[in-house]
Amino acid sequence: MDRRKSLKAIALGSVATGLAAHGCKPGEEKQDIVDVNAHEPAKWRTDYENKILSEIKEGEYFFNEHQRETMVVLCDLILPSSEEYKGASDADVVSFIDFMARDTESEKMQTDLKGGLMWLDHKCNTENGVVFKSATEAQQKAMLDDIAYYDPKVPENERPFGVNFFSMVRNMTMSGFYTTKIGIEELGYKGNMPNVWNGVPQDVLDQHGVAYDPEWIAKCVDQSKRNITAEWDENGNLIT
Amino acid sequence: MQIIENSTVYDAIIVGSGAGGGMATKVLADAGLKVAVVEAGPFFDPADPEQKTQLRWPYESERRGAGTRYRPFGDYDAAYGGWDIEGEPYTHVEGTKFNWFRSHMLGGRTNHWGRISLRFGPKDFKGKDRDGYGDNWPIGYDDVKPYYDKVDKMIGVFGTNEGLPNDPDGFFLPPPKPRLHELFYINGAKKSGIPVYPSRMSMLTKRINNDRGVCFYCGQCARACQVYADFSAGTCLIFPAQKSRGQVDLFVNSVVREVTTDDEGRATGVSYISKDDRKEYKLKGKTVILAASACSSARILMNSKSKQHPNGLGNSSDVVGKYLHDSTGADRAAFIPDLMNRKVSYNEDGVGGMHIYSPWWGDNSKLDFPRGYHLEIWGGMGMPSYGTGFNVNDFNKFFGTKAGGYGDILRSDLKKYYGAVVGISARGESIARKDNYCEIDPNVVDEWGIPVLRFNYKWSDLERNQAKHAHDTFEEILTNMGGELMGDKPGKDRDYGLHTPGAIIHEVGTTRMGDDPKTSVTNKYNQLHDVDNVFIVDAGVFTSQADKNCTWTILALSWRASDYIVEQLKKQNI
Repeated sequence: MDRRKSLKAIALGSVATGLAAHGCKPGEEKQDIVDVNAHEPAKWRTDYENKILSEIKEGEYFFNEHQRETMVVLCDLILPSSEEYKGASDADVVSFIDFMARDTESEKMQTDLKGGLMWLDHKCNTENGVVFKSATEAQQKAMLDDIAYYDPKVPENERPFGVNFFSMVRNMTMSGFYTTKIGIEELGYKGNMPNVWNGVPQDVLDQHGVAYDPEWIAKCVDQSKRNITAEWDENGNLIT
Repeated sequence: MQIIENSTVYDAIIVGSGAGGGMATKVLADAGLKVAVVEAGPFFDPADPEQKTQLRWPYESERRGAGTRYRPFGDYDAAYGGWDIEGEPYTHVEGTKFNWFRSHMLGGRTNHWGRISLRFGPKDFKGKDRDGYGDNWPIGYDDVKPYYDKVDKMIGVFGTNEGLPNDPDGFFLPPPKPRLHELFYINGAKKSGIPVYPSRMSMLTKRINNDRGVCFYCGQCARACQVYADFSAGTCLIFPAQKSRGQVDLFVNSVVREVTTDDEGRATGVSYISKDDRKEYKLKGKTVILAASACSSARILMNSKSKQHPNGLGNSSDVVGKYLHDSTGADRAAFIPDLMNRKVSYNEDGVGGMHIYSPWWGDNSKLDFPRGYHLEIWGGMGMPSYGTGFNVNDFNKFFGTKAGGYGDILRSDLKKYYGAVVGISARGESIARKDNYCEIDPNVVDEWGIPVLRFNYKWSDLERNQAKHAHDTFEEILTNMGGELMGDKPGKDRDYGLHTPGAIIHEVGTTRMGDDPKTSVTNKYNQLHDVDNVFIVDAGVFTSQADKNCTWTILALSWRASDYIVEQLKKQNI
């Protein structure tokens, strides 16, 4: 069902309970990732926000060509594509990170990104005689194995730089990927569309070993009457 | 450059279009009066497909919904503004803290608020009688009850009548069923004898009229609703007022500098600066109704100095700006292993916010703090947004497996832990104190040339003890739920996790009401003691907060004051 139509149907009350839940999937939407370099101001932003954004967009990219290519390799190692899954590149994660690095008020993030990529190349050159992006996948993974794991009990500021750098890139890659259409589809999130909430399905309640209290449920909304205008008696009892 | 005067004489000039100003506009316009609404920010209508943020996907934002300094609750949050606004600073007395949240737009902060709509109870109006702290209101629950009833019916609020002594019944729409994590909370709280009820929030789970739609459960009330199924002052009060028999002239992007007065010291109108052309204008009115928010209205009064009012308008008592108090706040979250590996087969967005809550249950006479708090619950399989996937498998530490890594393991870890975190927030009552205040900073003006506020605010041990208690409660309930607590429990060195004053955005009390003109700013009808044609209908008039949110009481008191204003205007008393 077209999202706009289903919303209208729900607002007007012509949709039966539960129907909209099976409406549409995010993938059917014709909405692509916003072009981070489009200059058109968005009406949902304030003038000030649009001004800040256009300044960022008119500026230079954060990553130079080499840094960008290295990031693409790195992000695809974090979320590789396969027959089963789309990878970081499919969601253009690096453009998102580039934008966030320009948008951030954190100088530390910018320095850590630039410094981290230099550090990575230096280490790879020392160990393998090539920069990171040109190393073999086995060499790249061997390097990541040194920095990809951390002890959550050790405070972040006490972890080695390489570990923190990789954690940041992993975080940004995960967020960058799972906030796109393909990421959301993979995760399976079913919301952000018109719905008629009528409680947790029984199989889910069973799986987690909880149940609804019938007394509680008796007080809850009867979705078949949601479009009948509310009226009360003088004591506040709903009578419609 | 001359000040440009508008020749129209309005029955009332209303400053601010949030809950208080919106309600005054509706009531006065319904009475057929001619009103000007002066709003510092732009026009906003969430039904405008281009202006709305509701139902946008994270990838429609360059930031994937991340917050910024100028949109701190996220890119799609429907509050223009934040803790600091470019060109409009505020300052602090050294060694004190107050975070001031402002939203300049039609509808103000009601566009994004949590819609938790709790009536104050009988005890809440008589705090001093109860425990000796603060002062009693000059009115009681019975004075406000008829207006709470009317607000319930006109605006719509879901909830249940439970017959509780200090959390009164009302005219409720039926609540939505609990979500999965909320069922876990119910079980966890009950184990500790803490009561849980359906929450009370102003979303339409059922139709109330033909102007507003019914909730379609997207969980995004913070983005403001395009079918007007949640309460925002613009969509639910200002727009209907524009269709009523009165005349409503809307002045947006207009920053009020001061209330103007005549030789007798009575108000003649307001002067404001247009953000569009940076010129100063004047409007004339028989009455002026301030609803710019507790601190902004106090600021306007203090900046309205004249021969007749040398200490600022309505400030002969020197109480304007004093008794500023915010709700207390503290939060904790836990990872709930029994909520792992969830089926994503269904949409559990629900309404924007919690379907259940715990009103205050304790007996303060047996505790080391005098006032209570209520508990708000959050969690669930929310829409991915900036931050999703951060530290994706930190919880591996609870299973002795490695955290971090790369490759497909990250995908399965994300899904394994999706929706397995539950959080609890306490929102409580602090004590109103004269020495917590805002005042005019004589050294600083904003970009409109208007002197700014300087804040002086400190918590006392009463609030710290309450936060400590709240953290003990979080720990107990979350542990009952089988949870592994996240983060450290804050100790004395961190004020037991008590949030900075202002952070909960329930600031009230700066123009408090009372019977004695020497110790209060307005009378019990929100009318300045000093000037009979100036009224305050925002939360400034609160003599004390409660362990509740303030909006429902703002609405009820504004309606009550507006009825009084209409009556006084008709009798030509003002």
